[in-house]
Amino acid sequence: MTRPIPILLIMIAIAFPLSLLAGRVWIDFETTPNAAVILAELRLPRSLLALIIGSGLGAAGAAMQGYLRNPLADPGLFGVAPGAALGAAASLWFGYAASAWLLPLFALIGAAGAMALLALIAGRTGGIALFTLAGMMIASLAGALTSLAISLAPNAFAMSEIVTWLMGALTDRSWADVQLAAPLTLLGIACLMVARKGLDGLILGDAAARSLGINPRVLQAWLIAGVGLTVGSGVAVAGIVGFVGLIVPHLVRPFTDKRPSSLIIPSALAGGLLVLIADVACRVLPLVTELRLGIALSLIGAPFFLWLLLRMRRGLA
Amino acid sequence: MTMEVQSLTVRLGNQAVLQGVDAELQPGSITAICGPNGAGKSTLLSALAGLIDAENGKVSLDGESISEFHPQHRARKIGYLPQLGEVAWDVAVRSLVALGRMPHGDSDSVPVEKAIAALGLQEFASRPMSQLSGGEKARALLARVLAGQPDWILADEPLAALDLAHQLSILRHLRNAADRGAGVVLVLHDLALAMNHADHVLVLEQGTIVANGAAADALSEDTIAKVWGVETQWLGQDGAKALVAK
Repeated sequence: MTRPIPILLIMIAIAFPLSLLAGRVWIDFETTPNAAVILAELRLPRSLLALIIGSGLGAAGAAMQGYLRNPLADPGLFGVAPGAALGAAASLWFGYAASAWLLPLFALIGAAGAMALLALIAGRTGGIALFTLAGMMIASLAGALTSLAISLAPNAFAMSEIVTWLMGALTDRSWADVQLAAPLTLLGIACLMVARKGLDGLILGDAAARSLGINPRVLQAWLIAGVGLTVGSGVAVAGIVGFVGLIVPHLVRPFTDKRPSSLIIPSALAGGLLVLIADVACRVLPLVTELRLGIALSLIGAPFFLWLLLRMRRGLA
Repeated sequence: MTMEVQSLTVRLGNQAVLQGVDAELQPGSITAICGPNGAGKSTLLSALAGLIDAENGKVSLDGESISEFHPQHRARKIGYLPQLGEVAWDVAVRSLVALGRMPHGDSDSVPVEKAIAALGLQEFASRPMSQLSGGEKARALLARVLAGQPDWILADEPLAALDLAHQLSILRHLRNAADRGAGVVLVLHDLALAMNHADHVLVLEQGTIVANGAAADALSEDTIAKVWGVETQWLGQDGAKALVAK
């Protein structure tokens, strides 16, 4: 069960220092001017944020797949990420983004709003079907309102800022972003770990899980809090970074005993590693402007998703 | 520890699925719940497991209503095996059986290994569930319930889709559990299995109990004609009876 954890930790221990050196300018302590400042103020917070956001998305993906008993589930189904994106878009629309804290704050308010709405609609019964439909409804509504904000943007600059921000990136992120995302993500992963036994019980189906003493409403509340905190704080500092929550549990699952509880921490580590590597790729690819992280991960994620669907189709045939 | 059902009424949506059900179930024996499709058998079993809220009446263990139990306490007392033996992820048999320890909050390997051995699953213990046959899977799912060492074992059609040998094997394990003092309650469609293997039978029709007693009394030819609308005849000796349509 714990087999993938040390391997992933070793991989992160190798990738992390390399990510600090990689970029348009490869850091050479002897020749690069201001190497220490670039490292401490730009590269270190950026790589840490990649690990933090990726770990949150990976853990949330593993928990969501466990909860919905569906390998195609993704934290995006939940409506939390579109809710956070709507909050961020609103702050850009109103021109509040000049302050470092206001955009993440708006995004967190958006995520909290989506979580509260989800809990309000689905929380009374604890039913999974209602939960999924409510999440999809919230995601659609938040997506539509974000599109409305873009189409009614007060000026071309605000429109461009919203669109670019939604693509997701870790460019020019600072320690302030780390300070915001790290505690919320850790708290979120802690909530998902509390929910892990309940997720294991769901292996046997809803009724059998309840017969094992699992309270579906309590389980759902921990899950909403956990996914809300991890995904919400990720979107708040980096925009929409898709597919991590979908892909990572699949990559890790074969190396675990397949119980959702034994997948959460390895998925967190693998998610961090994936986003770290993808962000390095964004930095070093020789393009005119830096590739956006969200686009890079979607470019990896969409073919993977297709491969997954084809494999499932073969399994069903 | 007797399980008592008093004036139990359960409504699902606008429909009363159970209406004023009264019964007393004894530990150390096998009770079968029989009835035609839609009679409320699975609903009654879910209510006995404390998984459905009653509109009226209650289910109690030694006089204490199970709806008042903490869910984990209830889960330690009552093991429930649902009709659809679904397993969401392709876990190994041992991991699946160990889920039975969840109400105890431990991963005590002794009862898990005991349950695996009791159902003859030792050679499959490390195998993924997807590689098991239907009969082996049914045994693994029952082992999961036994690993929790509950006082009551409630199973919804545990013999459905099993061949005769596996049906008898599962019944033998359930009889062993009853002989060790557990109360076993089964929803059964096969009236001959109920007649030959249950100590006690409850016959449900449209949400009410129409026969309640020893198998031979509750499943009389008259009751079967009245409830199922089929004229039948029991053939053979006690413990090995067969039901044939006239």
